[in-house]
Amino acid sequence: MTWIGANLGLILDLTAVHLWQSVVALVLGVILSVPLGRLAWRYRLVRGPLILLTGLLYTIPSLALLILLPAVLGYSAISETNLVVALTVYAVAILVRAVADGLDSVDDDVRRAATAMGYGSARRFWTVELPLAGPVILAGVRVTAMSTIALATVGTLIGVTNLGYLFTNGLDRRLIEEVFAGVAAVVVLAVLVDALLVLAGRLLMPWQRAATGRGRAARTPAEEVSA
Amino acid sequence: MIEFRSVSKTFPGGARAVEEFSLVIPARRITVLVGSSGSGKTTLLRMINRMVEPTSGTVEIDGASVLERDPVTLRRSIGYVMQNSGLMPHFTVLDNVATVLRLNGTSRRDAHARARELLGTVGLDQSLAERYPSQLSGGQQQRVGVARGLAADPNILLMDEPFGAVDPIVRTELQRELLRLQRELDKTVVFVTHDIDEAFLLGDRIVILGAGARIVQEGTPEEILTAPANDFVAAFIGADRGKRALRVEQRAHGTVVVDADGRVQGTLSPESAPASPGTTAGGMD
Repeated sequence: MTWIGANLGLILDLTAVHLWQSVVALVLGVILSVPLGRLAWRYRLVRGPLILLTGLLYTIPSLALLILLPAVLGYSAISETNLVVALTVYAVAILVRAVADGLDSVDDDVRRAATAMGYGSARRFWTVELPLAGPVILAGVRVTAMSTIALATVGTLIGVTNLGYLFTNGLDRRLIEEVFAGVAAVVVLAVLVDALLVLAGRLLMPWQRAATGRGRAARTPAEEVSA
Repeated sequence: MIEFRSVSKTFPGGARAVEEFSLVIPARRITVLVGSSGSGKTTLLRMINRMVEPTSGTVEIDGASVLERDPVTLRRSIGYVMQNSGLMPHFTVLDNVATVLRLNGTSRRDAHARARELLGTVGLDQSLAERYPSQLSGGQQQRVGVARGLAADPNILLMDEPFGAVDPIVRTELQRELLRLQRELDKTVVFVTHDIDEAFLLGDRIVILGAGARIVQEGTPEEILTAPANDFVAAFIGADRGKRALRVEQRAHGTVVVDADGRVQGTLSPESAPASPGTTAGGMD
């Protein structure tokens, strides 16, 4: 534990950088996936190919993507941008399907009721469909967060510093403790981010807990009669 | 007044739901469209607020075609209550009731105040205001649905089998409440059901529909009961089974009313009470 004790500052700095890179990719992934997912949900013909195509992105080996993207898009291979773009691509690969599935999970009666109340289609999407797709989308975001945080470590291979640095540096110096510290930091970070996502979900979707919690208890015959 | 002028609807795929349908629905009355499933009654209802567009013909409200109105603003001016309430699961009871007011640009404060008032109107306790629909019973949810439909004080209220999914005791209660509300509010109500007893109980006018929304008979409950247009209507209202052919019999404990099978359906009051719509049906489904 001596190495960890002596390098706590470095570990924390790398964790902060790692978190930043992952969060930017995750947020960009969500922003891109919502319209793509809506498109896939809305048009049956588009859906199959779009989900297949984005899903296939996930099968591209990460190292290959990190080399190919800069060649295609024309930025430096060793930039942080390169890593964040690659991570965003992987996030989109998972999230487009999650958004489409989430929109599928919205009750048609609710959708119809919203239309009958006089929601225009854009307003209905943002205030009814998307929030109600929330639980399914959140499940997708949690998986994506885990995968992004783990995947980001590959950045060290193209010279982008984050927690992955502890792997390559530890390997070079035959410092198992350093590699172990890197793994532990990644796991802790992933668990923390996941916990934050769950918490955010509870705050943003209070109706969900109502549906499973004290809601059932409220249905007493006495109340029914008195109501 | 709502008027259907030779309206037809063919759904993509060729299913003809409505064929050359014409009907005048009077203002400030409850008109019940009744028919079995597939009679196109819900399609007719949805044409009034442009949830469904007719393939040909027009639907007019007070002489103006709904097809010339913007669908979104048209819908905000018409109340809509559906089966299984259709409440927004992620809105509280209060927000659900306030939905249309908020869409119309009423401030949150005013919309909530009006929503609270409406909870009282439909007989819901204020303590339910902050609950989510999943925390309510089926009957309470339907009441919230009715309150939501009334929130913007629309002239027209469309009701699509609103009490179809609740148990019979609660349904009876909700039906009585609707009649009470209608006495106070005087809306033009178009009510869709497959339950003929419900139609007789609620309808000022009843339209019995056959396949393709063909009007089999139209009239007041009295007209239909006393003179069913044909065997189909007689079967539909139960006249052929003697359910509606009641007669008075003297029994050991008093005078009772029995049906054609000799089953007791009720008692006969000695003094002539004012006829209420509820006495025609024996509370049977």
